[in-house]
Amino acid sequence: MTDAIKLEYTVCNDDFTRAGEASSDIKDKLKKMGVAPEIIRKVVIAMYEGEINMVIHANGGKITVTITTDKITMVLSDKGPGIENIELAMQEGYSTAPDNIRSLGFGAGMGLPNMKKYSDYMDVQTQLGTGTTVTMQVNL
Amino acid sequence: MSSEFYHSVHIDVDLCMGCINCIKRCPTQAIRVQHGKAKIIKEFCIDCGECIRICPHHAKIASYDPIDVIKNYEYTVALPAPSLYGQFNNLDDVNIVLSALKLLGFNDVYEVSAAAEMISEMSRHYISEHHDKTPFISTACPSVVRLIRVRFPNLIDHLLPFTAPVDLAAQIARKKAMADTGLSSDKIGIIFISPCPAKVTACKEPLGCDISNVDAVVAIKDVYPLLLPLMKTTAHDPEECAVSGRIGVGWGNSGGEAGGLLTDSYLAADGIENVIRVLEDLEDRKFHNLDFIELDACSGGCVGGVLCVENPYVAQAKLKKLCKYLPISRNHIGKTILDGAMLERKIEFEPVYRLSKNFAESISLMAKIDELCSKFPGLDCGSCGAPTCKALAEDIARGLAREGDCVPLLKEYIYNLSDSISHNN
Repeated sequence: MTDAIKLEYTVCNDDFTRAGEASSDIKDKLKKMGVAPEIIRKVVIAMYEGEINMVIHANGGKITVTITTDKITMVLSDKGPGIENIELAMQEGYSTAPDNIRSLGFGAGMGLPNMKKYSDYMDVQTQLGTGTTVTMQVNL
Repeated sequence: MSSEFYHSVHIDVDLCMGCINCIKRCPTQAIRVQHGKAKIIKEFCIDCGECIRICPHHAKIASYDPIDVIKNYEYTVALPAPSLYGQFNNLDDVNIVLSALKLLGFNDVYEVSAAAEMISEMSRHYISEHHDKTPFISTACPSVVRLIRVRFPNLIDHLLPFTAPVDLAAQIARKKAMADTGLSSDKIGIIFISPCPAKVTACKEPLGCDISNVDAVVAIKDVYPLLLPLMKTTAHDPEECAVSGRIGVGWGNSGGEAGGLLTDSYLAADGIENVIRVLEDLEDRKFHNLDFIELDACSGGCVGGVLCVENPYVAQAKLKKLCKYLPISRNHIGKTILDGAMLERKIEFEPVYRLSKNFAESISLMAKIDELCSKFPGLDCGSCGAPTCKALAEDIARGLAREGDCVPLLKEYIYNLSDSISHNN
């Protein structure tokens, strides 16, 4: 019996209508796997915020989700511009999103803070000009 | 758990041709074609009636009671749904319809829209007193409630804890009939004139209470042709039976229930696919600051039910016109919560989509589904009898189908086989 499942998603560049596809697929799968509803909510909200971030700031990227019997691990990696000041970026309401993105209702500065809030563990590795990798874990 | 999954929608096996129209249209992927016939998976079906609409062979049937059911009782009360009024041309007085129902053989009538007005008033107070728990989701459409119950467990606590208007109407009508006649409850027939099969299911197997006060459910489409000639008679001097106003009658249209709450802080979605999108977004907390969410499985609201006759949008327009001449509301109950108006028990989550009770096994099955999906062609052709390749993969993981059911894969296998045979020869 396989005791882990690894799922991979590609997040497209600049397409808001498609942002959220990965998190809704994960939601569907977690429901079918019988994961507790409140855990699913945490995973989906954290991952959706990450997806949106990748679309707004990083020209898309890749998400790998690993599910084991004790936790769900999401690794979101992009080849975007990197985060200049991670401490500022973690503050609620701080945003570097351009006006055209804000006019769409995104860029409220809640992305990273919400990802942190809804995951049990989060790590951000970022390098200017190279990209960012966010690892989030939600315990089961 | 599953004894609870009674359904009023079922299949006439003789008429079913085994085509794939219904499996593609079913919003909960509850239908499979096996051995040339469609089969409804009862745990997944929400009685929305989409398959009845789409089936070109009329092989999907809603069960309900024939009008003759009134002969089973000494005294009968008709409970017309407000959507009934939207079926008739140029109707300017509801009493014409209500009097015609009496001529048809009912001893009395009580408008469901009257109870709807009471639910509206109670909901207004309830929402203002429990504002911290908003948004509240309407419990009036039984298909939506069932959908939430099996697929959106996080939203169950948001369901407005009131019964549907028909349930309250049935209680009021029964009490009145017993008081008027002195008959015992079993001699009285409370008969709902329904726009949809989901209401049939809800009466046979009520959610949130043990027994429904509705004794039988008759379809609007069966009553409609019988009422037309009788309405010619009653049109001249109809008896005054109407007891509801604009708020109650408005419930027949999408947005009507929300309108009765006298707030702008609401969302009203109709059509089951739209409803599912709203529920998904609501579950992911993608919108905020709404007091009320009205969701109707049928396009247009209850006037769009499959047991109605008129085009839903035409019926909507007719109801609106009729409402114009009505007082806003004719039922005022103050701040009281009427007996039987609230759900008696909490609606429970039913994890019907869960692959296994054992999480480790679920992981393993999901891995298998993922592997199968990458193997299948992704055409979602439906030839296997499942609506999508993914649904087939899930069926296989659940032990309900085989890999060989995939027709394009089988074709490829046969080509390869014949190639290798001719090559060997």
